[in-house]
Amino acid sequence: MGDSVTTNQPIEKRPRKQVEYNIILCSGPSCLHNKSSELYTEIVKQLEAFNCQSKVEIILSGCLGMCARGPIMVINPGYILYGDVGVNDVHDIIKGHIVDKTPFSQKVIHEDHLFNRFYRVFGDVKFFGKQMRIALRNCGIIDPEKIDDYLSVRGYEALAKVLTDYSPAEVIHQIQDSGLRGRGGAGFPTGLKWKLTADAEGEVKYVICNADEGDPGAFMDRSAIEGDPHSIIEGMLIGGYAVGAKKGFLYIRAEYPLAIKRLEKALTAAREQNFLGDNILGSNYSFDIEIRLGAGAFVCGEETALIQSIEGERGMPRPRPPYPSVRGLFDKPTLTNNVETWANIPVIILDGAKWFSTIGTKSSKGTKVFAVAGNVENTGLVEVPMGTTLREIIFDICGGIPGNRKFKALQTGGPSGGCLTEDSLDTQVDYESLAKAGSFMGSGGMIVMDDTTCMVNVARYFLEFTQNESCGKCTPCREGTKRMLEILTRITDGRGEVKDIEKLERLGAMISKASLCGLGRSAPNPVLSTLSKFRNEYEDHILHKKCTTGSCQAMLTYSINDQCIGCGACIRVCPVNAIKGIKRNPHTIDSELCIKCGECMKVCKFRAIDRV
Amino acid sequence: MKTKQDEKMNLLEEYMQEMKKQPYAESQLIGILHKAQELYGYLPEDVMEAIAYGMNIPAARIWGVASFYHYFNLEPVGKYTLSLCLGTACYVKGAGKILDRMREYLNVDVGQTTEDRLFTLQEARCLGACGLAPVLMVNDRIYGKLTPDSTIELLDKLKKDAK
Repeated sequence: MGDSVTTNQPIEKRPRKQVEYNIILCSGPSCLHNKSSELYTEIVKQLEAFNCQSKVEIILSGCLGMCARGPIMVINPGYILYGDVGVNDVHDIIKGHIVDKTPFSQKVIHEDHLFNRFYRVFGDVKFFGKQMRIALRNCGIIDPEKIDDYLSVRGYEALAKVLTDYSPAEVIHQIQDSGLRGRGGAGFPTGLKWKLTADAEGEVKYVICNADEGDPGAFMDRSAIEGDPHSIIEGMLIGGYAVGAKKGFLYIRAEYPLAIKRLEKALTAAREQNFLGDNILGSNYSFDIEIRLGAGAFVCGEETALIQSIEGERGMPRPRPPYPSVRGLFDKPTLTNNVETWANIPVIILDGAKWFSTIGTKSSKGTKVFAVAGNVENTGLVEVPMGTTLREIIFDICGGIPGNRKFKALQTGGPSGGCLTEDSLDTQVDYESLAKAGSFMGSGGMIVMDDTTCMVNVARYFLEFTQNESCGKCTPCREGTKRMLEILTRITDGRGEVKDIEKLERLGAMISKASLCGLGRSAPNPVLSTLSKFRNEYEDHILHKKCTTGSCQAMLTYSINDQCIGCGACIRVCPVNAIKGIKRNPHTIDSELCIKCGECMKVCKFRAIDRV
Repeated sequence: MKTKQDEKMNLLEEYMQEMKKQPYAESQLIGILHKAQELYGYLPEDVMEAIAYGMNIPAARIWGVASFYHYFNLEPVGKYTLSLCLGTACYVKGAGKILDRMREYLNVDVGQTTEDRLFTLQEARCLGACGLAPVLMVNDRIYGKLTPDSTIELLDKLKKDAK
């Protein structure tokens, strides 16, 4: 790969303000929630107090990914990473690191997980640990609100290259040769999609960026936009040039106000410098982008539903054909790609399709961003080359399962995906392998579950989500998911019937086959996959009215064993007075009155309460 | 003198005029509803009707769109959403009495919002905080071990904070 990756220049090599130190303060959603904005004020104050403000530049960056340890702060040179930084630590960090030139060790993150290594080697080596950042290449490195920062990492150079050196057909060739596939989940070859739109008849064509990220627990697109909005704009500009569109729409959730603000700012800055508008960079190519807000409908992530929503209608999918590449937005040929797909485009143009296609597996090229959450040590954002195994992501990069618990299952693809077990952990991350293992890539949500998780309950949770988000257009999805949810709720409430498993399987198969769009077709997946891999748990719930993990409260029975010394602690906390007993004599729980809240178990010092 | 309501309507009208100049003006409907909700806090029926006249879109279609998307509120919502847990533990510990006092104090029923748009009163299923019973969730925060008196004190404090 040689020197081809020049986009990844370390921060010192870039023409910035001449300062001795850079303080990068993460302003991602989690860190902001942890008051990183108050830290900013405090840093400025402390720098002034030590009279070293001229030596230091503060950069507010997008999400660095290490959300579990936020607020995160990095001081360069040295790539020293500080985590869990409180307002009171700022004084010590500035005094130690900048005045006394010794990092304030108490808050330095030492673990050799992804992020530390990422900073130490970033820029010199392309593989920082097992991560590789292409889509998120600038996230956490540049100030997303400054176009000059983006320009200093070869921003808009790919656009200039395309406008001067390539014909639209050559651009499409590049994308086709790169092997890039849609990162929204389905994995349709991006180059082919572009070609279909370019070949479609019509004067007016549109380009859409799908930023309606709705999977619970997924925030890849949000972080990409908040951390590096210009990459996405540049990607769309190149796409517009390739297919012959003059106008682009960026459809984003209204629930992401910071991302919207940064996009607006980026669009204005790009217009000022003539990267957007008429005759871009002196060429005869004109293009502009309009932001359109979603309004909280998960189904609008589906391409045809999204188009309906931009048209100002209820976001309901429509049948295809006609495919949107032939007849899409306002009945014109339309090219829709997901945020992460767009962010990959400038790199492919700059560093070449050939280089890009060397990364990944035979059928899936490049990298994929995942939002890893659940029972895992390091929750956050991870970008890995295709072909990395799930085990590497969960155990090497994300630090494994906390509290010495055992890994139980992994859900990829959000509420539309399936769960994978221990046996599948050596599956490589690519579209085909994940599908073969019984799940699918999805947009990148990854939920890790340990042995305290009840799979029936998880399936119910996901189905509750999809059922709530079903647009109601077609009966199998609207009614079918509702019936399935009723059955699952019955099972978790301890009222399951023997025939329920069969009913779930029959309904699930029917919904998958008969629904119009991806939402309905994939809605039964969490149920069907847990049924095939954890059938025994369903049987326990139904036949023995037992939830082995203790998650399904309705099925628990609390009782007092002979360890009880009769101290009366449980009697005092029981909110429903279900525990009776005389002092210094073993107590008893009246299971008729007990509401299974578990308070007695929490206060008992003698392990005298059993829960089965 | 112009009332606050007129002012809001003028702003909305202005916004609609701007949108009408765009190509495919009807497609701006969701953006206009966002603007209306930003101004009014929710989408009152008469405002939706005004949008129907202003944009020349059937009111039925506007209602259809507004009710489709979760983000739009068709009922007014207060600054604080009060979700009182009425799970068994909380109920046994007197949540029912608290609910009565809150109803009386706020002069609204469950599901309604006070006239000053400060509080929306809601019932909740078990919040899983039985040890703190009875509990009240105010937006995302949980307050526990409440009595009717301490609940009213809390509401008074929230009222003060809002000013």
